[in-house]
Amino acid sequence: MEELDGEPTVTLIPGVNSKKKQMCFDWGPGEMLVCETSFNKKEKSETVPGCPFIYIIRKDIDVYSQILRKLFNESHGIFVGLQRIEEELTGKSRKAQLPCFLSLQDAPCSCCMSFHFCRLVRVSKNYRSVIRACMEEMHQAAIAAKDPASGRQFSSQVSILSAMELIWNLCEILFIEVAPAGPLLLHLLDWVRLHVCEVDSLLADVLGSENPSKHESFWNLVTILVLQGRLDEARQMLSKEADVSPTSAGMCRILGDLMRTMPVLSPGNTQTLTELELKWQHWHEECERHLQDGTFASSPHLESLCKIMLGDEAALLEQKELLNNWYHFLVTRLLYSHPTVKPIDLHFYAQSSLDLFLGGESSPEPLDNILMAAFEFDIHQVIKECSIALSNWWFVAHLTDLLDHCKLLQSHNLYFGSNMREFLLLEYASGLFAHHRPSCLSSDCCSLWQLGVDYFDYCPELGRVSLELHIERIPLSTEQKALKVLRICEQRQMTEQVRSICKILAMKAVRNNRLGSALSWSIRAKDAAFATLVSDRFLRDYCERGCFSDLDLIDNLGPAMMLSDRLTFLGKYREFHRFYGEKRFFDAASLLLSLMTSQIAPRCFWVTLLTDALPLLEQKQVIFTTEQTYELMRCLEDLASGRPVRGEPGAQRLQEDIENTKLEMLRLALARNLARAIIKEGSLEGS
Amino acid sequence: MTGKGVGHGAGARVARAVRAPAAAWSWWAAVRALPRPPSSEVGGADGAGAGPAEAMFVARSIAADHKDLIHDVSFDFHGRRMATCSSDQSVKVWDKSENGDWHCTASWKTHSGSVWRVTWAHPEFGQVLASCSFDRTAAVWEEIVGESNDKLRGQSHWVKRTTLVDSRTSVTDVKFAPKHMGLMLATCSADGIVRIYEAPDVMNLSQWSLQHEISCKLSCSCISWNPSSSRAHSPMIAVGSDDSSPNAMAKVQIFEYNENTRKYAKAETLMTVTDPVHDIAFAPNLGRSFHILAIATKDVRIFTLKPVRKELTSSGGPTKFEIHIVAQFDNHNSQVWRVSWNITGTVLASSGDDGCVRLWKESTAEYQLTGVTLLFCCLLHAHRNGKRAPFPLPQRRLTSPKIHQQPAYY
Repeated sequence: MEELDGEPTVTLIPGVNSKKKQMCFDWGPGEMLVCETSFNKKEKSETVPGCPFIYIIRKDIDVYSQILRKLFNESHGIFVGLQRIEEELTGKSRKAQLPCFLSLQDAPCSCCMSFHFCRLVRVSKNYRSVIRACMEEMHQAAIAAKDPASGRQFSSQVSILSAMELIWNLCEILFIEVAPAGPLLLHLLDWVRLHVCEVDSLLADVLGSENPSKHESFWNLVTILVLQGRLDEARQMLSKEADVSPTSAGMCRILGDLMRTMPVLSPGNTQTLTELELKWQHWHEECERHLQDGTFASSPHLESLCKIMLGDEAALLEQKELLNNWYHFLVTRLLYSHPTVKPIDLHFYAQSSLDLFLGGESSPEPLDNILMAAFEFDIHQVIKECSIALSNWWFVAHLTDLLDHCKLLQSHNLYFGSNMREFLLLEYASGLFAHHRPSCLSSDCCSLWQLGVDYFDYCPELGRVSLELHIERIPLSTEQKALKVLRICEQRQMTEQVRSICKILAMKAVRNNRLGSALSWSIRAKDAAFATLVSDRFLRDYCERGCFSDLDLIDNLGPAMMLSDRLTFLGKYREFHRFYGEKRFFDAASLLLSLMTSQIAPRCFWVTLLTDALPLLEQKQVIFTTEQTYELMRCLEDLASGRPVRGEPGAQRLQEDIENTKLEMLRLALARNLARAIIKEGSLEGS
Repeated sequence: MTGKGVGHGAGARVARAVRAPAAAWSWWAAVRALPRPPSSEVGGADGAGAGPAEAMFVARSIAADHKDLIHDVSFDFHGRRMATCSSDQSVKVWDKSENGDWHCTASWKTHSGSVWRVTWAHPEFGQVLASCSFDRTAAVWEEIVGESNDKLRGQSHWVKRTTLVDSRTSVTDVKFAPKHMGLMLATCSADGIVRIYEAPDVMNLSQWSLQHEISCKLSCSCISWNPSSSRAHSPMIAVGSDDSSPNAMAKVQIFEYNENTRKYAKAETLMTVTDPVHDIAFAPNLGRSFHILAIATKDVRIFTLKPVRKELTSSGGPTKFEIHIVAQFDNHNSQVWRVSWNITGTVLASSGDDGCVRLWKESTAEYQLTGVTLLFCCLLHAHRNGKRAPFPLPQRRLTSPKIHQQPAYY
């Protein structure tokens, strides 16, 4: 047995007697049944009051969260759009319908001039904005929560979502945008500013007060602004201090000038990295000089700010509280000491920042490990750590898919190639399939399984088989739902699943004596044997009641009639009735006769057919020709001779007598008709 | 969870994979009986105990109300109904209502002894159950759609369609065949005989004909049909034995239907499995050329059976297989009693003497050609350690309106 990365999760079943320590179970499509039992005492069962409970166990609890459902729904659209980009590129589908945000009309960005690359970045940002929207909603829910327990639950979801977004954003910068030295730091600064966002409310708070520079958090605010590299805002704050305190006005102006003159890379600027480095070095020396000269010696606040701007580690670490976390520390440190850091050196600074920041006081948490793996450009490790740390597959499945589209998984030489993508997508889609509420028809609230279909579609290896196995398990509680499932199967030529679903529905209808529905489902299933069975039921019903049900269906069988002989007969026989009803007696007569002569009519039904001929034989005008009458007589005698002559007592005897009387009547009617037909035909020829 | 070796370079991973291929299956999660607190009578309050932080959770508990031990629980094909059977000689059927509650809609005495197993036929054949019992019989039950007032009381009516009385000893397992074979079922019994029955007319379940009797020469405890519907695979059934007599040797036999002789013939015996076998389960096939078989014995074992190409074997005879053990787990410490696959065959569940239901998951869906080695790749488990939150609550606090103060490209 191999060691494990961590202990597997143990789900405890309350109330099960652990002394007996045995459980029987069964898998369902989305749930598991568990029940206490005892396997050893097979031979003799002593009457023990066994555990009286059966437990339904579920996984993927997130699927059941209303707010996360929105995340699943919206990210699904982005996912499908991303797959279509790929199809478009490989020319698989010429007219792929791209969502508007991915359409080709968009201008390529100025930096790379590549449509594809830009679209991938945009996809990534779309995913993130979905996470953020969801996070905001969850945050509102946490505030609005009535009981503390659910409030806590929402808050913990918020923290998970925010961690997801944090990781995703970093992956986007490092793996998708692949920012080079220079812009890299700008991206990282944005990343930190986005995720350490309480400064904005602090800013509003301070600026809103009567005397901002006397606000208790004034210096904290200025420090945070400097830590985040928001030097323009920091300068404005300093000018407020200068306004009210003439003694420090000079120092504030000098520090403000240093802030203003700090060389930064601006996107539109054409200066080279070397030029920037030179300028930066010059600026750095100037700061250093001011510090050495004791320019700010009389103001500890300003001096500390200056130290920060010099990238002084000790000064930075003094601001641990304001930095919040090691990755903020990392970015600030880079900003003021290595502004042109190369991607390849990131992991070195990241590791030392983590070590310095934690200072041996605490050990790294899962989130730290994930970020560290990202800084090390170890995609594999990022995905693995995320899989372990997160409660659902949503994050890893979508992130891995996107990275795969960026062709990163191959280049990272994971020897299973893109299979990891498929593996994760299959897991995620299977989880979605566990979710369906039979009674609900609305498409957005509770049928996540439909989203799962698209994910399976984009798994080339096992997607189809998995979909086949999952889709036939969808409970067909309503006709609408069944039709939805069938449409999905038909679009994908899953003939066996279509057949099976129709067969299940046909069987259900027969059991409930809904013959029309049973017939149409068995036609759809192309199940000849079952169509025969249902047709027989129809004919039996007709014999018993003298009328047909579901006329609409039978009248409009069309080519489906050819599915089975019995069904053909049913359709034709009903046609006969229609002709008769419309008084098209000649058509009716020849149809009736052909039913018998062509052997389509089952033998047992001949008596009924011949009896049906009686009213035609009794019409005033002659309907059956001599030829046809002879045929009818032959059929009648065939039938009569085929009958075993047995004198049995009771009811059967009575039945036989009735049949015999019927036959005698028919013989008489046929003979009379024959005579009339001969005369008629003779006289016609004679004239 | 994955091996510790993962993540230290691909070379190390491969080496480990070669050395211990079995480890590609790993302990994934477990469901365990909670020691009953001495003070309370019965726990089992709805959903209590398993917080939302758990990867699996108890969604519901249902008072079963059997008078004796429950021996088997069984979901129907769609997971909307379930059946339970017990030593109290009865079977109960439960239906899930629109709002997700479970209600017992039928409960009736089925046998004159303990009922070991209950199983559902595929819904293509209607609502049909089979049960087997210590009373030496197996029985087939069909639900009648009642016009009586039963329906009003939310009760359904089940009638016995047939009793299969061929066994002279306790019938230990009953399983319906895969639906593509028609309405067939197999039973096995303590006298060592597997019997295969067929209902030729699916609308008339009172007629079952005994099609095959396969003698296993060992007291049988469990059977499993191979679910593969591929034309390349003949119908196949695996039989396990819990015979504990000292001379009894290999406990798992595999029989395959031969089109020419129209009989089941022994294709393989798993020679390495010599301890009593309590349960056996073929995995869903997923279009593979080979088969996967899980066995519950003193540990959990997973075998692959790869058919040897026909032209290499004598024509007409049973298929020969290359058999490999791909996993073996002794985490249950003692006897393992049940094994069962999820519907796509990606997770195996096992239950044993340790009071746990353990879930085993393969690390990747990719098998090597021979099925010998499960490619050992990064193990991905969306399961966190139950002891702590997945992420520490970030020290930052969200100030709600500010969330969207971000670059305009959003």
